[in-house]
Amino acid sequence: MSVSENVIQISNLKFMRADRCIFKDINISIPKGKITAIMGPSGTGKTTLLKLIGGQLTPDSGRVTVRGSDVHSLARAELFALRKKMGMLFQSGALFSDMSVFENVAFPLQVNTDLDAELIRDIVLLKLQAVGLRGAIDLMPSELSGGMARRVALARAIALDPEIVMYDEPFAGQDPIGMGVLVTLIKKLNQSLGHTSVIISHDIQETLSIADYICILADGEVIAQGTAAQIRESSSEKVQQFIHGYPDGPVPFHFPSVNLMDQLIG
Amino acid sequence: MLDILAVTGRHFIEKLAGFGRATLVLMHALFVWPQPRTSIPLIVKQLYSVGVKSLLIIAVSGLFIGMVLGLQGYTILVDFASEQAVGQMVALSLVRELAPVVTALLFAGRAGSALTAEIGLMKATEQLASLEMIGVDPLRRIVAPRLWAGFISMPLLSMIFAIVGIYGGAVVSIDWLGVYSGSFWSVMQSSVDFYDDVLNGVIKSLVFGFVITWIAVYQGLQSVPTSEGISQATTQTVVYSSLMILALDFVLTALMFGNI
Repeated sequence: MSVSENVIQISNLKFMRADRCIFKDINISIPKGKITAIMGPSGTGKTTLLKLIGGQLTPDSGRVTVRGSDVHSLARAELFALRKKMGMLFQSGALFSDMSVFENVAFPLQVNTDLDAELIRDIVLLKLQAVGLRGAIDLMPSELSGGMARRVALARAIALDPEIVMYDEPFAGQDPIGMGVLVTLIKKLNQSLGHTSVIISHDIQETLSIADYICILADGEVIAQGTAAQIRESSSEKVQQFIHGYPDGPVPFHFPSVNLMDQLIG
Repeated sequence: MLDILAVTGRHFIEKLAGFGRATLVLMHALFVWPQPRTSIPLIVKQLYSVGVKSLLIIAVSGLFIGMVLGLQGYTILVDFASEQAVGQMVALSLVRELAPVVTALLFAGRAGSALTAEIGLMKATEQLASLEMIGVDPLRRIVAPRLWAGFISMPLLSMIFAIVGIYGGAVVSIDWLGVYSGSFWSVMQSSVDFYDDVLNGVIKSLVFGFVITWIAVYQGLQSVPTSEGISQATTQTVVYSSLMILALDFVLTALMFGNI
């Protein structure tokens, strides 16, 4: 795949948090217009990777380029301009608690465009219709269930029709119906709007069912990349442990510690 | 010995780095091209939240402090047959010292802690990160209106405190203790100077307002996004603000009234 087809390019990325190395030296290419899933065990830095792509964290070394711009060498104003091309669905939804559903979805349009109020209202209605929550337009975030809040946050993330949408654990804590709705929504939105989607998730089957390209992280490295079929056929023990959910294997069940008997006796 | 030196040095460097970060927050939030169409409604909303909602506690505290001053002043001055000067004592104590300092302490406890908790919670629930990803700078959208609201409301609250306190002192001195009202008001009028007393009091409250809101928003921004972290940041806002108010009060009083 050529660089020109990659909307996000992560090159030789190294990131430390205190004394802990989160990413040793990773390289990931995220192709334009596709759904790319970043997966891996808890604590491998998947959300950190999204924050590095969005310029909310700065790497120790390496480069993250989005639409050809090196995110971490941009001036503050340029970075905020670039972010207008990116939408992000946060794990918690991150709805503004003092704004109604309508105001939350309208907010990116009000602050980033010169559209008149009537047009903004129409766009908000259409976005809420897309996520099935047009009827909840006047509710406050505190009146929404977790799944509904996630869908409103999705409507807000796509309000500006961004070129890139990043989803941080979109299926976490969802009941089967809510999960099915979100899986379908993400796939449909990607196809109809043609944007690039980056999904961080633990939910193997749901994610593999919609992702065009998958990247699995573990121990600060990319341990596997490829299509869903390639990942399923991977010979890596770590990959097999992760996708089948084996409790013990190369990724140990126990946190490193001294021998149990030694600790019990003395 | 070297260990103690290293720990002290690290602590000092951390504090210095924290001060540097707080200064950068202040610069980014305040020194930007003004956008009245969006900024003014946000500032007005924060003025209500920070200023109007603090009015009751400020007014009630001012009333009682003024009444106590009237009572205490009378019992001392009456021994010297100078009870007519109780108005002067109440007014100067309030305008020069008690109004700016007590208002600032109450403001730190009511509005400062609320600002820290609000910003800390916005951080914990990823609302600040969400703003950044929408392309909106949280320093301009969230921090700047709160800073301006703090700067504007503190001097106004301090003046209200002083006015209510003087009336409290007048009620006790004139209506209860029988001080002649003509003497009470005329001695006060002749002894209180607008520039030396009133204006210096306003300058003090401006400085306190600036310091409290700066500490409050910075503590909120740098808080650890957990319930314990927010609780700690809120406590630190009140503690740091109170210490800074008292220390700065001495410095400002020395500069204004110490003839140095």
